[in-house]
Amino acid sequence: MPGQTLYDKLFDSHVVRSDPDGSALIYIDRHLVHEVTSPQAFEGLKLAGRAPWRRASMVAMPDHNTPTTPGFREIEDPISRTQVETLDQNARALGLTYFPIGDVRRGIVHVVGPEQGATLPGMTVVCGDSHTSTHGAFAALAFGIGTSEVEHVMATQCLVQKKSKTLLIRADGRLPRGVTAKDLVLAIIGRIGTAGGTGHAIEFAGEAVRALSMEGRMTLCNMAIEAGARAGLVAYDETTERYIAGRPFAPKGEYWQQAVAYWRTLVSDPGAVFDRTVTIDSSALAPQVTWGTSPEMVVSIEDRVPDPDREPDATRREGMARALDYMGLRPSTPISEIKIDKVFIGSCTNSRIEDLRAAAAVVRGRRVADNVKLAMVVPGSGLVKAQAESEGLDQIFRTAGFEWREPGCSMCLAMNDDRLEPGERCASTSNRNFEGRQGAGGRTHLVSPAMAAAAGIAGHFVDVRRLV
Amino acid sequence: MEPFTVHTGLVAPLDRANVDTDAIIPKQFLKSIKRTGYGENCFDEWRYLDVGQPGMDNAARPRNPDFVLNQPRYAGASILLARQNFGCGSSREHAPWALLQYGFRVVLAPSFGDIFHSNALNNGLLALRLPDPVIDRLFADCAAFPGFRLTVDLAAQTVSTTDGAVVASFDVEPSRKDRLLHGWDDIALTLKHADAIRDFEAQHFAARPWLVA
Ligand code: SF4
Repeated sequence: MPGQTLYDKLFDSHVVRSDPDGSALIYIDRHLVHEVTSPQAFEGLKLAGRAPWRRASMVAMPDHNTPTTPGFREIEDPISRTQVETLDQNARALGLTYFPIGDVRRGIVHVVGPEQGATLPGMTVVCGDSHTSTHGAFAALAFGIGTSEVEHVMATQCLVQKKSKTLLIRADGRLPRGVTAKDLVLAIIGRIGTAGGTGHAIEFAGEAVRALSMEGRMTLCNMAIEAGARAGLVAYDETTERYIAGRPFAPKGEYWQQAVAYWRTLVSDPGAVFDRTVTIDSSALAPQVTWGTSPEMVVSIEDRVPDPDREPDATRREGMARALDYMGLRPSTPISEIKIDKVFIGSCTNSRIEDLRAAAAVVRGRRVADNVKLAMVVPGSGLVKAQAESEGLDQIFRTAGFEWREPGCSMCLAMNDDRLEPGERCASTSNRNFEGRQGAGGRTHLVSPAMAAAAGIAGHFVDVRRLV
Repeated sequence: MEPFTVHTGLVAPLDRANVDTDAIIPKQFLKSIKRTGYGENCFDEWRYLDVGQPGMDNAARPRNPDFVLNQPRYAGASILLARQNFGCGSSREHAPWALLQYGFRVVLAPSFGDIFHSNALNNGLLALRLPDPVIDRLFADCAAFPGFRLTVDLAAQTVSTTDGAVVASFDVEPSRKDRLLHGWDDIALTLKHADAIRDFEAQHFAARPWLVA
């Protein structure tokens, strides 16, 4: 028998039963819950007179709709408030592990899960949120689901799934200084396209990935969904082990030893066969900046905005022209000449402590440019915020003219008050540059935290390698 | 879920690739805690000229005459013809809810976002993958023949024109097909295997006690 891939191991170890047509009932270990995609599921459960199968699997918190205004007491928008209160009520009525507003552990669900040790290697992890792929950084099978599936997991602890194909993406060569996991994943998406991973689970491997911290690996897996893959994975190693040790939900004592012994098997075996393999020379990468309305529309900071006239494929050409029109950009403009109005450092892609440190290192001793109307830093969780404050990062940001906010999804999707106005251009560390994502008519350029910080200082995109 | 057997309807073409779920239903409408009321805000940013907010009287809002679904010839369309990677992005099930509540029962595209695809089928919205050349031809037919209609027969797994000519056949897993044809409650089906789930759980936790410690 050839070696197994990590994905095979994770999937196979959770099969409760399988059908002859290849669909399987798989068991779910961890169910993360937030306020936007859960109310209809809780309601469905109640209407059917069902109880959650395993309450202990659930960890809930509001994040999408919560204000980020320092010291806020309540949500002013009545519709958002109702949604958060609905989660409060459901979580309390069912006695779930719950981090409400005011709890320092609350934050973006994909930052908090790993931070608490609620995400562990070998688990199946789901959440009604496409960026659940983030947790795959821990050698866990993690993927986003819809609300009907949220209800299905609540009621049965299982999901009906068909095995995905496997795609190995090997990043050979260490990332150069100033080039981060975000740049790597953007470059990968630029290469394989936003549908490149459709129907696949991606395993990220190679020297560059092994050298990444858990924060960097989470950034990578976070955007697997932007490459079309429901799940991203990174094999277990000492970096994973060191990150998990001592976290509140992590196993202790004898259980820790047992768990680690098992976790060490969570790697693709030598000789494991993947359906596809893509290799990328990561030692030659430069910082990346998206120019369009899909994450695959990306170039390096040294490049220019591409020219649709040079694109042979008609659908792509029209897509490019439409994107340039929406983005208010002219073909062949150097990326470094694009001026910005706002900076957003945050989101489940890049709001962890390492991200904030990288941004602060660029900002230290400098000032936000005059043409930048708003530069904001939104930590991924209350604990990230506290850690950053203990390191004095908040002071560095504030002194430079950045706003220092309360944790949440914030301007990543602009469900709360943090948003772009029509026509405003933003250097953003989030994951989606779709039309209207950060506010109707808003223009998003996806970049790394260091690149976002640098753009805030310069007032336009700039090669961060020249600042650090 | 409403059963899906055979559906015949007017086809509307949405000729752009990578239509994401943010475009299908923008986030401000996700604040609702209900399952209904999304149809009027389906494709909101493309469909109206102003910025939509929950609670607006949508009938009074200015429509974008250039948006394909606003053209009179596509009024009442129930089959959406789309390009590659339709429904990519956010996992919001509000997207299939919005499409269904708008009046669509079928989406035809060369590829779909994976999560959207399961969400659609879980709600009885038939998201069908057809080969690129077939999709290209359907776009051409749709443009050439006003009132172009198709029939989708789930039992036979075919898409045909109204004169009965089969345009394409499609794949669907047998178990999924059964559930769609009968409109079965997925949870009730899974709970028939409750004993198997309990058995699995016992073994799983015995081998990995730290998961329950
Ligand atoms: S930060 Fe953005 S991408 Fe992440 S969960 Fe929140 S809204 Fe989704």
